[in-house]
Amino acid sequence: MSPENSLSVPNSEIILSVCNLVKRFPILGGIFSREVGSVQAVSGVSFDIRRGETLGLVGESGCGKSTLGRSILRLIEPTSGNVIFKGKEVTQLNASELRKLRRHMQVIFQDPYASLNPRMTVESILGEPLDIHHICKDKKERGQRILKLLDLCGLRRESISRYPHEFSGGQRQRICIARALAVEPEFIVCDEPVSALDVSIQAQIVNLMQDLQSELGLTYLFIAHDLKIVEHISTRVAVMYLGKIVELATAEEIYGNPKHPYTKALLSAIPIPDPSYKKERIILKGDVPSPIQPPLGCHFHPRCPIAQENCKRDVPELKLTQCGNNPSETGSHSVSCHYA
Amino acid sequence: MMEVILEVKGLKTSFFTEAGEVKAVDDVSFNVFKGKTLGIVGESGCGKSVSSLSMMRLIPNPPGRIIGGQILYQGRDLLKLELDEMRKIRGNEISMIFQEPMTSLNPVFTIGNQICEAIELHQDLSKKEIRNKAIEMLKLVGIPSPEKRVNEYPHQLSGGMRQRVMIAMALSCDPQILIADEPTTALDVTIQAQILDLLQELQVRVGMAMILITHDLGVVAEVANEVVVMYAGRVVEQGSVKEIFHHPKMPYTMGLLNSIPTLSQDPTGKVKKKRLETIPGIVPNLLHLPMGCRFQERCTHVVAACKEKEPELRVIGEVDQKKTPHAIRCVRDL
Repeated sequence: MSPENSLSVPNSEIILSVCNLVKRFPILGGIFSREVGSVQAVSGVSFDIRRGETLGLVGESGCGKSTLGRSILRLIEPTSGNVIFKGKEVTQLNASELRKLRRHMQVIFQDPYASLNPRMTVESILGEPLDIHHICKDKKERGQRILKLLDLCGLRRESISRYPHEFSGGQRQRICIARALAVEPEFIVCDEPVSALDVSIQAQIVNLMQDLQSELGLTYLFIAHDLKIVEHISTRVAVMYLGKIVELATAEEIYGNPKHPYTKALLSAIPIPDPSYKKERIILKGDVPSPIQPPLGCHFHPRCPIAQENCKRDVPELKLTQCGNNPSETGSHSVSCHYA
Repeated sequence: MMEVILEVKGLKTSFFTEAGEVKAVDDVSFNVFKGKTLGIVGESGCGKSVSSLSMMRLIPNPPGRIIGGQILYQGRDLLKLELDEMRKIRGNEISMIFQEPMTSLNPVFTIGNQICEAIELHQDLSKKEIRNKAIEMLKLVGIPSPEKRVNEYPHQLSGGMRQRVMIAMALSCDPQILIADEPTTALDVTIQAQILDLLQELQVRVGMAMILITHDLGVVAEVANEVVVMYAGRVVEQGSVKEIFHHPKMPYTMGLLNSIPTLSQDPTGKVKKKRLETIPGIVPNLLHLPMGCRFQERCTHVVAACKEKEPELRVIGEVDQKKTPHAIRCVRDL
């Protein structure tokens, strides 16, 4: 891991461990609402997140990245698999235990227009989590804490009595971040937190999230489809395709030495803001196949430029490979491809 | 010498709301050259989409109205045309692709039906010829088995496919000008690459001019020949794509370019930034614009002169007949 990336904390403890997580949505049909099929949105995903790091999760729409993020928090009940947060098995917790756990795991959603209640003032939005978890002893402490949150997220103190519609998109996203931070969590799932924002505002929010991370020692699972933002903020990056992680490595490795043909195609598709530069682009044919009937063998084979006969039959495992820049550092680059 | 195919002069479009007149597009001028691509960039609310809707005369009235300016196409001012004359041009000579492929197709008609409608309105062909033409258009935009797809409904297609159908529809009458309003914003990067590739390929093949409206500077750098940067209803900088990206002179354009994260393996050799540069603050409310330059509150190069009078768009560098001269709306020489 590079020394310049001050955010990386390579040898800290594992805070979250996801093992073989599966989420299947049944498709009901007929007059008796019998199950006629199913969508395997997340099919057997495993990874670890260390304290203080940011794991970026990228993939095209419909690849299951949001479902994965929500299953970890049990906002969606996972079908099978394990999620271990600080030694505790999240999937087995009952409702009251889960509520206690919510103090440590929070979420920021994509659309700051939809994820704030329009009838609540900023004070009640930020105060609600404090009340639910009985964090403040009295009204005075509660008030102070809310003001502190506003300061922390770069919002003016006057905003406390305002309603969400009085804010711009970037400011609303700051309110969402403040709300997530109200209970002092250690781990935050950020589900496309900047995709709905303009470029100049995006940069403000990304900087804020990085500042908060180093100040409060937060751990992020950062879900996004913008590969440039993901590289900027992440310590490690996981690339998902059709419910599976196809490549997982440090951000440096993924962007500098991509091994999976899908990752290569994704990276080559990023438009570069420089008109004099003309690049060789790998154009993938077709769309992401339907997750109802995923292709046999490697899920990527119908669009893969290097697919061979056995890719149609054999499912590749996510296995470790050698790092390109630093071959001695094994164990940090995994890829699921027969020919990578 | 490049031929100007569309000339927008001093366009002003306002929305009359209860709170007052919102000048969404305020004195905007630019030229579109034959066979070339003009990129219009800016953040939400800067007036880029309203400009394009004004060109098509699709501004909802009330509350909106075009209150001034000219849009010259083949010697005629589109703003002065009767509605039925405008209808002959719209979709035939100038056509448009909208941002949302999910919502801009009618869900109760087959896609074939919708493409045929456009052809039927503008071309004198028999039913069978129209249908064949629709299938041919679907083939052109790279939809597999078009004979089958032509009978399908929009919900049966993916987002990328729907956008292709929109493009097929827009191109079905061989337009001179194609206005593409955020054509790839709703799509994934791999599909975006397919669509941009397709648009450029078709442009070369049919020789049409294109106006590409987007907030993605990467897309503009790849596709456009000329660029117009808009801010709060005004053109703040314009010029060739190379000038705008390599020598931006207006602080807003510089800020926009600096706020995009660069890839560490950036092939152009830029160094990866540890921290993103930002433009502080937010876009001003169009109802309460500041005196003077509209960007002053967010500008890091602001001087006293910026607050007195709004700067005019002035040409910097050489004036060349072959291209749009590089012009900025800024008093500073940065």
